[in-house]
Amino acid sequence: MDVTVPPDLNAGGMLIRARGLTKRFGGITAVDGVDFDVGHGEAFGFLGPNGAGKSSTMRMIGCVSPPSGGRLDVLGLDPRADGPAIRARLGVVPQRDTLDEELTVRENLLVYGRYFGLPRSVVHERAAELLDFAQLTDRADSLVEPLSGGMKRRLTIARALVNQPDILLLDEPTTGLDPQARHALWDRLFRLKRQGVTLVLTTHYMDEAEQLCDRLVVMDAGRIVAHGSPRELIEEHSTREVLELRFAADDHAPFAEKVADLAARVEVLPDRLLLYTDDGDDASGAVHARGLRPISILVRRSTLEDVFLHLTGRTLVD
Amino acid sequence: MNILSELDTPRPPPAGLMWDRALAYWLTSYRRVWRGSLISGFLSPIFFLVAMGFGLGALVDAGEGVAGVGYVAFIAPGILAAQAMQTAVIESTYPVMGAVKWQRQYHAMLAAPLGPYDIVLGHLAFILMRVALTSTSFLLVAWTLGAIGSPWAALGLPVAALCGMAYAAPVYAFAVRQEVDGGFAMLFRFVILPMFLFSGTFFPVDQLPSWLEPVAWLTPLWHAVDLCRSLALGTATPAAATGHVAYLLLWVVAGLWLAVRSFRRRLVV
Repeated sequence: MDVTVPPDLNAGGMLIRARGLTKRFGGITAVDGVDFDVGHGEAFGFLGPNGAGKSSTMRMIGCVSPPSGGRLDVLGLDPRADGPAIRARLGVVPQRDTLDEELTVRENLLVYGRYFGLPRSVVHERAAELLDFAQLTDRADSLVEPLSGGMKRRLTIARALVNQPDILLLDEPTTGLDPQARHALWDRLFRLKRQGVTLVLTTHYMDEAEQLCDRLVVMDAGRIVAHGSPRELIEEHSTREVLELRFAADDHAPFAEKVADLAARVEVLPDRLLLYTDDGDDASGAVHARGLRPISILVRRSTLEDVFLHLTGRTLVD
Repeated sequence: MNILSELDTPRPPPAGLMWDRALAYWLTSYRRVWRGSLISGFLSPIFFLVAMGFGLGALVDAGEGVAGVGYVAFIAPGILAAQAMQTAVIESTYPVMGAVKWQRQYHAMLAAPLGPYDIVLGHLAFILMRVALTSTSFLLVAWTLGAIGSPWAALGLPVAALCGMAYAAPVYAFAVRQEVDGGFAMLFRFVILPMFLFSGTFFPVDQLPSWLEPVAWLTPLWHAVDLCRSLALGTATPAAATGHVAYLLLWVVAGLWLAVRSFRRRLVV
């Protein structure tokens, strides 16, 4: 598939720049003064639990939700004044599909292309390419309604590319998909990234953020609590290794006190303890030396999930 | 730095001038269902015309008659206007809520360069087309049945279209703000049905109790019925016709303003 890559912008030219960006709904502050920059060709992620303000931020970038305060530049323009001009250069993959299920796969692409004022012949040509990209060519003339969740999602992404956007906004692109469908989708997104499309995505899946994002910010309660590459975030906010201990007990809190001094930090989960340490085997030996007998022991490397636990103080269950 | 100009991307047209792109969607989606909707759209007015015009009409005409013409000739222009109202209200309730909440087409349009003006105007243009189609088919059938004598009745077509818009725009404003469809049943039962019955479609409003007659004058439907009828019966005067058109236009313009405002409050937040 052919994706136009815009000419290289002047050094430091940011496609998206937010300063003190704020969104309030009545008395609720959904986004509370965030700063971030997204550069050309980057895959940039917003990571956070539900209600952290990720989608509100995405809607402001997508120019469908006017900011309540602060500054926002998208493609060098102000969304308040130039929404349509910006949206003409964006591709949007919303959290909930907005496909027309009573139309065929191809008709969905054609109609969407018309929203951008593309000539009929151009839309037809691109629709054929995009069907191929989304691996939906053989379903082109079937209705959308009976398609699987993964197929619908791929169609939504294909549709978002019909105007050859400079930035692709993806709000929780793989939520609700089975593992195969997620991998198929990631594969498509990697291709786009290699072709130089700037990706901005929200997710609450750590593996997704680690796989796709060059840089990400962790949001919690409307604020950015950390930012960097996945590796930087792990180095900065977690230890090299994690020792997981599972005891034959309903409450793991009492065990935490007994091992607190063996690690930089101890996290108590309902079914296990996490000991943050640079040497997991060493800590494991020390636990044994104290006469504690966990029913299972696991030493692993730190992941983004550990960073997340540390920063937002909760597991990502929803 | 303005990246857009560097990239030489054409700017989208100003707000409101991209309504044809939204209309294109509704036409695509209508292609799937037009046969069924065309038939169901004019069957019920034909039933009314036959039952009331020819059935009840035989009794009316055997008595004092009404307005000095056959009863069926009296009600045919009225049903034309009433049908326009009904079509417009149906098309601007459930489909509007569906585009907000169920199929969510408006969200897809908003992610593209289209804005509230484009989306509202595009949808209303489609409703206008639907009203024009059902009104035309009703006129043809009524003419075939001999319910319409004068070719002047064809002038009722633009009036029916205007009547449709006088209802579609304010009803759109109402529908786009609804969270559940319960309000629509109330609208049909307590607003549209009484208007259908008491706005002069089936009998002159001077038959109403004296306190109710001025209420009928306030409804857009009465103006549309009176204008359609006077055009068909050749009794229209320029002054009355201008007054009727102006009143209907007032509803269109006010309704449009409200519709765009409501759309923005619901979807651009």
